[in-house]
Amino acid sequence: MDTRELICIGCPMGCRMTVNMDKGQVHSVSGNTCKRGDAYARKEVTNPTRIVTSTVRVEGGVLPVVSVKTREDIPKGKIFACMEALAKVTVQAPVAIGDVVLPDAAGTGVDVVATKNVVEA
Amino acid sequence: MKRYDIVIIGGGPAGLAAALAAREQGIHEVLILERDRELGGILNQCIHNGFGLHTFQEELTGPEYAARFIQRVKDARIEYQLSTMVLNISPEKIVTAMNREEGLFEIEAGAVVLAMGCRERSRGALNIPGYRPAGIFSAGTAQRLVNMEGCLPGREVVILGSGDIGLIMARRMTLEGAKVKVVAELMPYSGGLKRNIVQCLDDYGIPLKLSHTVVDIQGRERVEGVTIAQVGADRRPIPGTEEHYTCDTLLLSCGLIPENELSRELGVMISPVTAGPVVNESLETSIPGVFACGNVLHVHDLVDFVSQEAASAGAAAAEYVKQRPGEDAEVTLPVKGKGGVRYTVPSMIRPGRMQEEQVIRFRVGDVYRNQYISLYVGDERLIHRKRPVMAPGEMEELKVTREQLSGCPEGTELLVVIEDK
Repeated sequence: MDTRELICIGCPMGCRMTVNMDKGQVHSVSGNTCKRGDAYARKEVTNPTRIVTSTVRVEGGVLPVVSVKTREDIPKGKIFACMEALAKVTVQAPVAIGDVVLPDAAGTGVDVVATKNVVEA
Repeated sequence: MKRYDIVIIGGGPAGLAAALAAREQGIHEVLILERDRELGGILNQCIHNGFGLHTFQEELTGPEYAARFIQRVKDARIEYQLSTMVLNISPEKIVTAMNREEGLFEIEAGAVVLAMGCRERSRGALNIPGYRPAGIFSAGTAQRLVNMEGCLPGREVVILGSGDIGLIMARRMTLEGAKVKVVAELMPYSGGLKRNIVQCLDDYGIPLKLSHTVVDIQGRERVEGVTIAQVGADRRPIPGTEEHYTCDTLLLSCGLIPENELSRELGVMISPVTAGPVVNESLETSIPGVFACGNVLHVHDLVDFVSQEAASAGAAAAEYVKQRPGEDAEVTLPVKGKGGVRYTVPSMIRPGRMQEEQVIRFRVGDVYRNQYISLYVGDERLIHRKRPVMAPGEMEELKVTREQLSGCPEGTELLVVIEDK
């Protein structure tokens, strides 16, 4: 049996939780004071995901870079692969919020989209 | 001289929401003055997600949150001037500003909304010994460099202060390939939101050292390293606890200060606790017709609450323009914080002028667990609410209704206190 220590991010209480794992399955969650903590802990230890935000280069725009995000959360383990893929991307101005700058980032099936409008210089 | 009913100083989230609210109240002559080359303020460099959960019920990035308000301002055909610096506001509400096209010019305002935001505490204000090499940045400067200018300010980073911008930049620099070695925090608790500690530090294995500070910076041309030491309860370094870190960059995230140079020159009364104007229920400063909202009033954690507050200020400014209230003596109730409550916004409430419901925002001075937050009106305890945890890094609020305060005699004190039962 493995144990994982977590701090809940559900509310400002920040409960310190202990998750007991058995062969990759959640056996029990303790230390939480509400159901949301239990749910967060179970997801966090089995399939933690995050939205990734970054920037990519822009050519011919008023700014040299445009901010982007993964449209949905992606597995935590794919964050750096996603960043590496984004490092190779350059887009042409104008860019509009929601434009796909990188489809299917790092094989996650999730597109990376622009989060800012950058007009032509 | 041009004349506008309401002139708003600053086109960030506070200024945008104030302008929209004023327009909704039927004021047409509204002007926003913004010193940057675009609207949106600091949101433009806050490219991380987590904005708008309250306002839009979805999680947006900073630029997306700003874009929604900017679009509304454009749709409402509210006038704004970019790259325009306000130099002075007179008590008669003559706003002096300048830009490249018009040079120096004056605008007469019926009412003024202060929405200038805040600034980061600089190295000079922190008394850190050592040389003054290149490589020392405020976290927000680094954020602008990385997210808007497209350059990475360093490769090996130490961060002093665990404010939210510092935490966000620890993650951002890590994602861009820099090595963030440690975040040192003088206080025994973090000044940032818990979720940022988890998502920005814990996710990337970046250590947070509470009760630690930088006691030396090495390097003459460029930062070569810093020395960190533990501090005691008196916040002074404990000899013998020094640890050396080699690094080329030191980021400072040691607090935000409302930017009130204009307000001070105008003669607005400033609170020594918040460093922002003292305001009444209408978010009106000590000068009638001058209102304040957002981070220039007191530093917020969430932009959603800035937008809410600014909308109240914009609506109040509209009301002022429409009615031009006289100087009649009105029942005024002072609002004060005591016993761990550092300040309240507003500092006074006139029940005759308040909306149906009034939000009182405040911060506590320490971490409190399983305590009660109470509101006393005179001797009567009106609100008594249990809070599992309160921390300096998270703004608190209470709500009172007009009905609850009607009939209070002049001078009745409203007291916000923390109690253990």
